[in-house]
Amino acid sequence: MGDKKKKIIKTINIDVNQCNGCRACEVICSCFHAAPKYSSNNPARSRIRVVRDPLRDVYVPVYAGEYAVAECAGRDKYTIDGKEYDECSFCRASCPSRDEFKEPDSGLPLKCDMCEGEEEPLCVKWCLVDALTYKEREEEIEEDDEKEDREELEIGLESLASKYGLEKLMDSVARLSKKD
Amino acid sequence: MRYAETGFNLEIDLSRGNIEKVATDPRETGLYLGGLGTNAKILWDRVPPEVEPFSPDNLLIFGAGLLCGTPATGCNRTIVSTISPQTRLMAFSMMGGFWAPELKYAGFDKVILRGKSPDLVYLWINNDNVEIRDASHLKGKGSIETAEILKKELNQPKAQVAAIGMAGENRVYYASIEQGRSSASRGGIGAVMGDKGVKAIVVRGTKDINVARPEEYMGLCNEVLEYIKFREENPIPGVMAILSGLGSPQEMKVHDEKWHTENFMWGNSRTRRKGFWTEDVKKQWKKTMENARTRLISCFNCPMKCGATISMPGFPTYMMKCFTKLTYTMGAFSDLDFGLKIAQRATEYGVDGFSAPQVMAFALELLENGILTKKDFPGMPEDNEGRFYYLLDKIVRREGIGDVLANGTYWAAKEIGNGAENYAHNNIKKHEQLPLKLSMLNPIYFLMYSTGEKMNITQIEGQFPQAPFPTREQREEFVKDWIQVPDEKFKQYFLDWELRGENSIPYYPTVEMTCEIVDWQERMHYIDDALGQCAGLSSFPLKPPYHIHNYPKFISSGAGIDMDEEKLTKAAKRYRTLVRAINIRRGMRRKDEKPPENHWKKRFPELENDLLDGYYKLKGWNNDGIPTKEALHELDLDYVSEDFLKRGILTDGKDMPSKDASSKKALAGKETN
Repeated sequence: MGDKKKKIIKTINIDVNQCNGCRACEVICSCFHAAPKYSSNNPARSRIRVVRDPLRDVYVPVYAGEYAVAECAGRDKYTIDGKEYDECSFCRASCPSRDEFKEPDSGLPLKCDMCEGEEEPLCVKWCLVDALTYKEREEEIEEDDEKEDREELEIGLESLASKYGLEKLMDSVARLSKKD
Repeated sequence: MRYAETGFNLEIDLSRGNIEKVATDPRETGLYLGGLGTNAKILWDRVPPEVEPFSPDNLLIFGAGLLCGTPATGCNRTIVSTISPQTRLMAFSMMGGFWAPELKYAGFDKVILRGKSPDLVYLWINNDNVEIRDASHLKGKGSIETAEILKKELNQPKAQVAAIGMAGENRVYYASIEQGRSSASRGGIGAVMGDKGVKAIVVRGTKDINVARPEEYMGLCNEVLEYIKFREENPIPGVMAILSGLGSPQEMKVHDEKWHTENFMWGNSRTRRKGFWTEDVKKQWKKTMENARTRLISCFNCPMKCGATISMPGFPTYMMKCFTKLTYTMGAFSDLDFGLKIAQRATEYGVDGFSAPQVMAFALELLENGILTKKDFPGMPEDNEGRFYYLLDKIVRREGIGDVLANGTYWAAKEIGNGAENYAHNNIKKHEQLPLKLSMLNPIYFLMYSTGEKMNITQIEGQFPQAPFPTREQREEFVKDWIQVPDEKFKQYFLDWELRGENSIPYYPTVEMTCEIVDWQERMHYIDDALGQCAGLSSFPLKPPYHIHNYPKFISSGAGIDMDEEKLTKAAKRYRTLVRAINIRRGMRRKDEKPPENHWKKRFPELENDLLDGYYKLKGWNNDGIPTKEALHELDLDYVSEDFLKRGILTDGKDMPSKDASSKKALAGKETN
């Protein structure tokens, strides 16, 4: 057994039913991340976006997540409680298929950093209607990193070996290791 | 670098199809702030009184407030200014929503329309790319419908759209400009937009708005948010629910309508229905509202939920706010179900929710009294609700009698004649007012109604309680944390104000106190209108988060304009006087400054005269309501007095016409308005 490690999980709870669509979250996010801090604001630079279609009662605050080099092979379209959401409504990726979560000038991807250094993400602080709430929880995880990693690696190698043959695989590994 | 504002206006000549991005003079911002203030300056400079409302030379200005687009909570208003076809004075209308901040993000403070397009067009402002585009396919479409079509067509779900419906296209004198959850409705500005041939203005912006001193500005914004939280948790005791909190009156949230339905007038502002709010009605209306309301919604960057999405069976979804909830219902002596349904159609057509139902009720009153006959209403259904739908359709299409009614009660009565004038009884300066008929003259309201050039009492009142609190203890409790007063004396005025006896209306507050109270209330609205701040977090409710003490700091640290309370008070007075000057130049005088004759049963002509005299004096206006040369000079408005002298509105050395002459004029008022 490995050591028990403590890890803080930061979660923003999003209650779409509470959202009033005001976009204060976008305003304060872009303010906080301006340089110098608070010197300007521009929702187009925000790392949270409210996907909003009032006549269809669609209000989805979405956070910028990982950058994706390519768009998905297919798209998802959710229907929840009879309400149809547009493709990608819930997706956090900054990806080529849409202009969300990209700096308007450079096109570089944006990613939510939970307002590091602040007590809580500022979008949460500015959301007085409680569509956004914040929780931190501590999780103790048993970390036997090495063992876990090795298990995972071996599963991967086995499948490669069965696909290409062990010999080819070993050749490739040898070649790769020479490069370094 | 310009702070808070972008420093650019968009000038569009519709006759020639010319589009220009024009840098503005920062000194003008210092003098007139922005929004209404700079709108007024432009109207004064460029629209002389000879220009008719429907002349190509009339301007239609969409001005974003000075602080719109900054993180200041609730600062999202577009101030739309033009010359009104109904009042023929400066129209005073504003809308919240999302349009003004988007315009700022696109890099503009104002859109100024002049000329007339020969064909119906829409404007597409996408940052610096601005186009005038064909809108022939949108002719006759609803305002919300138009916005949805355009967003789809342009593939711009985040664009904001201000559009007119059929009423605007057909130049109905009380046509609105609609923007989804908000509208600029008063004074017929939608008719001017229609006259210019513009169906919609679509905006999308992705640029930055800067503030001058970031940390300080953010500190102020956070204080405001904290105060909003405090006020939400501490509603003011002793006043009715809709006045105890912040925001516009919470008509979408609150079900209890006893006060409105039993104190406001029904029909053509005629009938008070005491005892209307029974258990049955209460239950029924609550059910209607709860079934209709999908969600309570807000404007840009504001936690107050003053609006709602409304879906009535068989009607498309729309968004509503505030008192339109009841105006159609009460105009037609019907119920909430009807009111919410017809309001959907009225919103798509784009008409003002105050004027439209009153005009329709007025028409039916004329029919009942034989001034109009059945022949004037061919094919009109027999049932009450059906008649209102019929009239609404006729009005927005200007068909038959609808063509006359489309000009509002004042002009319609003139045209119909035969005693119809007596039925256009609820106007100030030719504009339909809230349906209120009361008993004892209230001096504060008398002055606000008479002299308020915003024409709508909800955009003039606020700050000072509408009525005295019954006990001294309650009053003492109220003034304890009343930080918003510009001067401690206002606390005393309120403490001494009693329901009955010597210190009660109409003689208390005294003339002097009344003038000061009205001046304070008006000032706060004018400041809001320049900054783009919604009255719902500022000038309208009691104890709001924005007030005369923190506003100068917002302006200094936000816009980088050195400001203190005195300077801000003077700036507000400057452009407030300029608004008056525009109207004076268009012929408005003391004789026009009066509430509807039957607004109060008990009137006090001498006191009313003293009130007007006192207020004019405080404002630096002569006895006819004209700003004096000296007052204009003090406000750096010498160019106004020069113009007044040239036109003979003021004569050198004769600023003060004899009091007798003006009093007689004021009291003679036989004409309807």
